[in-house]
Amino acid sequence: MADEQKTILDVQHLSIAYPISIGVVRAVEDVSFTLDDGEALGLVGESGCGKSTLGLSILKLQRPPGRVTAGKIMYRGTDILSMSDKSLLAMRGRSIAMIFQNPLTSLNPLFTVERHFLETIRYHDAAYSREKALAAVQTILAVLGIEKKRLKEYPHQLSGGMRQRIMIGLALIMNPDILIADEPTTSLDVIVEAGFTELLLELRRLYKLSIILITHNLGLVAEIADRIAVMYAGTIMEIATAQEIFDHPLHPYTQGLINCVPNIRVEQKELVTMPGSPPDLVDPPVGCRFAPRCPKVMDICRVKSPSLREHAPAHVAACWLYGKRED
Amino acid sequence: MRHLLNYMITRILLAIPMVFIMVTLIFVVLRVMPGDPVSAMLGGHAPQRVIDARKLALGLDKPITVQYVEYLGQLVRLDLGNSMVFNEKVSTPIIEKLPATIELTVFGLLVSLGLGIPLGAYAARRRRTGRDFGIRLYANVVYCIPVFWMGLLLQLVFGVFLSWFPVSGRTSPRVDVSTFSHTGFYIIDTLRIGSLAAFGDVMWHLVLPAVTLGIVLSGIFVRLTRANMLDVLKSDYILAARARGIPERRVVYNHGLRNALIPIVTMLGLQFALLLAGAILTESTFSWPGMGRLLLERIYLRDYPVIQGVIIVYTLFVSAVSLVVDLLYAVIDPRVKY
Repeated sequence: MADEQKTILDVQHLSIAYPISIGVVRAVEDVSFTLDDGEALGLVGESGCGKSTLGLSILKLQRPPGRVTAGKIMYRGTDILSMSDKSLLAMRGRSIAMIFQNPLTSLNPLFTVERHFLETIRYHDAAYSREKALAAVQTILAVLGIEKKRLKEYPHQLSGGMRQRIMIGLALIMNPDILIADEPTTSLDVIVEAGFTELLLELRRLYKLSIILITHNLGLVAEIADRIAVMYAGTIMEIATAQEIFDHPLHPYTQGLINCVPNIRVEQKELVTMPGSPPDLVDPPVGCRFAPRCPKVMDICRVKSPSLREHAPAHVAACWLYGKRED
Repeated sequence: MRHLLNYMITRILLAIPMVFIMVTLIFVVLRVMPGDPVSAMLGGHAPQRVIDARKLALGLDKPITVQYVEYLGQLVRLDLGNSMVFNEKVSTPIIEKLPATIELTVFGLLVSLGLGIPLGAYAARRRRTGRDFGIRLYANVVYCIPVFWMGLLLQLVFGVFLSWFPVSGRTSPRVDVSTFSHTGFYIIDTLRIGSLAAFGDVMWHLVLPAVTLGIVLSGIFVRLTRANMLDVLKSDYILAARARGIPERRVVYNHGLRNALIPIVTMLGLQFALLLAGAILTESTFSWPGMGRLLLERIYLRDYPVIQGVIIVYTLFVSAVSLVVDLLYAVIDPRVKY
């Protein structure tokens, strides 16, 4: 864990499809990435690009009728997708935990905060006595800055920011290796978001967490992520260190994404947008999925889909602009 | 606590206009209906002189509006009046029969909830499987079955063919009712005199009528529970609980079902009126000596005051139950405060 970087999660050629009445939505297509121990990976993309589906599938919780059609998710050498139900339950929350977009609705309105915690602990480790469990809960509440008296309260008595912190507390109570945060700040206001970002960084250090941060918020990802994977229409377009992505984006989609963020230091006459809209995932375009919107599109892009290749050290992109034409 | 008291007082006061409307409706309907107590009693061939004398004695010669105002005046004094057919106060047969109806409806409700909620929750969990389909079919079929037909069917199968359960009455002839007629609730009375044999006999008689009523009503609870569960199971907190590694059974039946129960409790209050209507038919199918049979008997006899009295008691019963149901809300849902 110390010097040597170790891969803790290895997603290999993962594809997820949703059969619906008019066809099959190929929400995630041939996605591969790795997460190193202690690393924070940002998964960036527009709404509907498959990043949440991808996040849920790591816990094997993709919403029905979603189905993994190909690929593996290796966690410490075991494929999560072929785990038994019992191992899945033990894995969820203890090895890999997840927090969600909407803290207001992610707590059961009929349960007290305490009950949420005790239940989670009880199902993971029956050996915990009530006293021991409560002590653990209080330790984590102290870190999160939540008073003890809140334990007896119901979710509707708590503010949004407090509920978000309790969600994190619940995710971390069993001391997981990996935290998947799915749009954790989307429903929070800017002030609460800033506090949340700091808290997440502190918890990462304290709990030696590896983080997968799923977001469309480039500011948040810049603050937290070591590496960034850019997703578009169910596929990964580019992966590089956060610095590289912001300084030398290779893929035209990444370039467009970064250009869309207004910069206060540069005078801009109008908001930069990307023309077109993401493709229909029931019938995605042949070749590169970004081709119809790409400003630098070439003939080959409409015929053959590019695969992720290393174009600079530790910087991969799926784009014909940089690759050899023969595969 | 003061809010709760205010709320309860408001609800109780609201029952007054409700009773008033019901009384007015039934008063008018009874008098518009062909037939009256006098001709029902004396038959069609009595001399006009006798008929007029009877009508005069019962006050039926006065204009309807006068009768109506007089009746309301009586009600304000909390007096239900006297029967027009028998020499008794209206309250006498009602007090005697009400416990039988309460026993039947309470157990009928328990059976319908006990069947409907677990089946509905299970169907939602196994959505779009054969079992789900089977449960939905059951719900639709029993919802459509007339309660008396269901009663006859159960009587035939479990009473006549199998001889497992008695098909009529509240007790066997060998049980001496007079020894325990205190509250009229046989379940309570038999326990109070400490006779387990008599208690068993009473429960044994209750099975078929309560199951009949319960099965017919369970259809609606299956459908309600299933629909609410499907909704609740899509919630973020369900996904979040799964992501924490909580076992599926617990997620569905503890996190899910408790939340799905909230709208079901609302329906419970509304369904209770339907249950009473079903109980009238069940009582006559099973010769159950309750309010429903009393009502039917007295409708044949056109015994206006008793019919009106029974309707008033039914109305009060329904509003009492819906008040209790609303108070239950606060127990189930911590967000509700009165």
